[in-house]
Amino acid sequence: MEIPMIAYLVVSTIMFFAGVYGFVTRKNMLAMLISLELMLNAVDINFVVFNRYLYPEALEGFFFTLFAIGIAAAETALAIAIIINIFRHIRNVEVRNLDKMKY
Amino acid sequence: MEYSVIILLLPLCMFLFLGLVGHKLSERVAGILGTIGLSVAAVLAYVVAFNYFTMPRNAEGVFDTLQPINFEWLRFTEHLHIDLGILLDPISVMMLVVITTVSLMVHIYSMGYMHGEKGFQRYYAFLSLFSFSMLGLVVATNIFQMYIFWELVGVSSYLLIGFYYTKPAAVSASKKAFIVTRFADLGFLIGILILSFFTETFDFATLMSNPSALVSETAGMTFMGCSVAAWAMALIFMGGAGKSAMFPLHIWLPDAMEGPTPVSALIHAATMVVAGVYLVARLFPMYCAVPEVLELITWVGAITALYAAVVACVQTDIKRVLAFSTISQIAFMMVALGVASDVDLHTGLGYMASMFHLFTHAMFKALLFLGAGCIIHAVHSNEMSEMGNLRKYMPVTHITFLIACLAIAGIPPFSGFFSKDEILTAAFEKSAFWGVWMTAVAGLTAFYMFRLYYRIFWWSKPSYEHHTPHEAPAAMYLPLVFLALVTCVVGFIPFGEFVSVNGEAYHIHLDWSVATTSIIVAVAAIALATWMYLSENTKPKALADKFRALHTAAYHRFYMDELYMWVTHKVIFQRICRPIAWFDRHIVDGTMNMLATVTNGVSYGIRKLQSGYIQWYVWVFIMGALLIAVLAMCF
Repeated sequence: MEIPMIAYLVVSTIMFFAGVYGFVTRKNMLAMLISLELMLNAVDINFVVFNRYLYPEALEGFFFTLFAIGIAAAETALAIAIIINIFRHIRNVEVRNLDKMKY
Repeated sequence: MEYSVIILLLPLCMFLFLGLVGHKLSERVAGILGTIGLSVAAVLAYVVAFNYFTMPRNAEGVFDTLQPINFEWLRFTEHLHIDLGILLDPISVMMLVVITTVSLMVHIYSMGYMHGEKGFQRYYAFLSLFSFSMLGLVVATNIFQMYIFWELVGVSSYLLIGFYYTKPAAVSASKKAFIVTRFADLGFLIGILILSFFTETFDFATLMSNPSALVSETAGMTFMGCSVAAWAMALIFMGGAGKSAMFPLHIWLPDAMEGPTPVSALIHAATMVVAGVYLVARLFPMYCAVPEVLELITWVGAITALYAAVVACVQTDIKRVLAFSTISQIAFMMVALGVASDVDLHTGLGYMASMFHLFTHAMFKALLFLGAGCIIHAVHSNEMSEMGNLRKYMPVTHITFLIACLAIAGIPPFSGFFSKDEILTAAFEKSAFWGVWMTAVAGLTAFYMFRLYYRIFWWSKPSYEHHTPHEAPAAMYLPLVFLALVTCVVGFIPFGEFVSVNGEAYHIHLDWSVATTSIIVAVAAIALATWMYLSENTKPKALADKFRALHTAAYHRFYMDELYMWVTHKVIFQRICRPIAWFDRHIVDGTMNMLATVTNGVSYGIRKLQSGYIQWYVWVFIMGALLIAVLAMCF
């Protein structure tokens, strides 16, 4: 049985907003980073699904996804490095404690 | 003669080299390098002059005008473009020789005079810059190139006058020189713009091929009662008058004497201040097309000559006397140009005489200034009252100074006699009025120069405060000896063979009636000076007391500086600048300040939004995105 496209979209939307919720509510920066990955992966699913169902002869969506995954990996590495540095300064990774960037 | 470009580039390279790495060199090395650079340039200038004047004349009996290098630099319209190049014609080649010779002498002399001064290397860098600019000015192929170098000599003059920048007098003198000449150059620039607007060219060759083009292009156009052509040429003359310190723009030159004395010799006596004369000579056919401007030049020159000579008679600072004497002598050249015309060789005598006097004056005036430098070096003062009886202590300076005084007074066989005699002849040719006027000024010249001479070398002086004056070192007196020899012989150069109004050979012959008169006047004036100043006496003081008002006025230079101060401070600053300053502070600045205040206030109000909590930002961002999405769906 063919799974309808809408099912994938529902899954990706749930994933996305779960990510948004996590990003806004988590106190720990690592948890925020995980939420961020969730959002990125939701978008990747959308790319793949649209490519598969709407333009089966094209490959752009797949490649875009591959790019996004690669960049997300690099970005994670960067974010982890930043978080480690922050930890060295304030001995925790609570985002509430990072209010130096105000006016 | 492409190698003539090296004459320009050598001083430029020296300037860059000494300016950039000079402080790493020792004094001696920097001085010798600068001097070597300039001596090569001088030798090349002599080679150029020799090759140029031994060239066969063309079919019209004229030396060809050469442009060994000329490239386009900026193009504005199809016809109008600024070129840079080298123009060789009799007067520019003559100027090359004058500038490199005097500059070389000053370079050698300065090694002795400036020895041990702070900034010695900087001094040589500036001297090289000046030499480059002045050489570029005289070989300019077009009036705009001339203007560029004209400003460059102004800058180098400014830098050198203000060389002792810790001395307030030197600083204000340099500013004064720069501002006054800048004001005159504004006229020059406007004149160039009018000229090029109507003739559609800057090029001297094109302008000279049809000197009446400006007059015919602007036929019928008048501005404030004078034709536009006359305005253009008069404004260009204004630039020349500023640079050449013609009355009433002369006020900067006496103050410029605050600079080191060799600088006064090079810039403010021999080369830069004659740039105005050179400019008029360069555009001479065009001036002939507007005779009223030529008339103006004559009047300005004659008034300046008389004014400066009278003032020179009562000054007590020896450099000031020489400065006023320079103004007076340059005015002689201006008068000579003013009374000339380009109809034929005979009526164009003034042109040749002017250039001849420029040539001889550069040599003997440089000699006078360098001699004055030796004296100042020996007695540590510019004031005549600190001097006297110096002939016993400084024999070489004494003899060379005497030669220069005889030359400027117009006593044969020294060079000044020949050139001044040609000027007087030209003035008498024009009208007896100018002839008598200029002869009288020549008499005054002889008087004040010998007043100076006797006052320095003969007037008694019991003792010297610092130490007994002694002869200057060889680096200083050798240039004096060289220039004195030059002064003795250059009068015999058949100058008219090389330079004349239309380029054809002119055989100078002395007009004995004029020559005899001028010699008698000069000798009488010298005799008077001898009677009054040979030894210490009360005659000068008695005379000054008798004509107290005239003496005081002349001593204060007829209050020209005070007049300028009054006009600038009371009229321009109070009546014009203050309202403009008020408008600027309150209206222009006020608008800007208001904008800034409003921006500041608004940002202060909304800065709380920047809380520093990233999750808050993300929340606002997502809500905003959702809002936009909702709005997009609704409409």
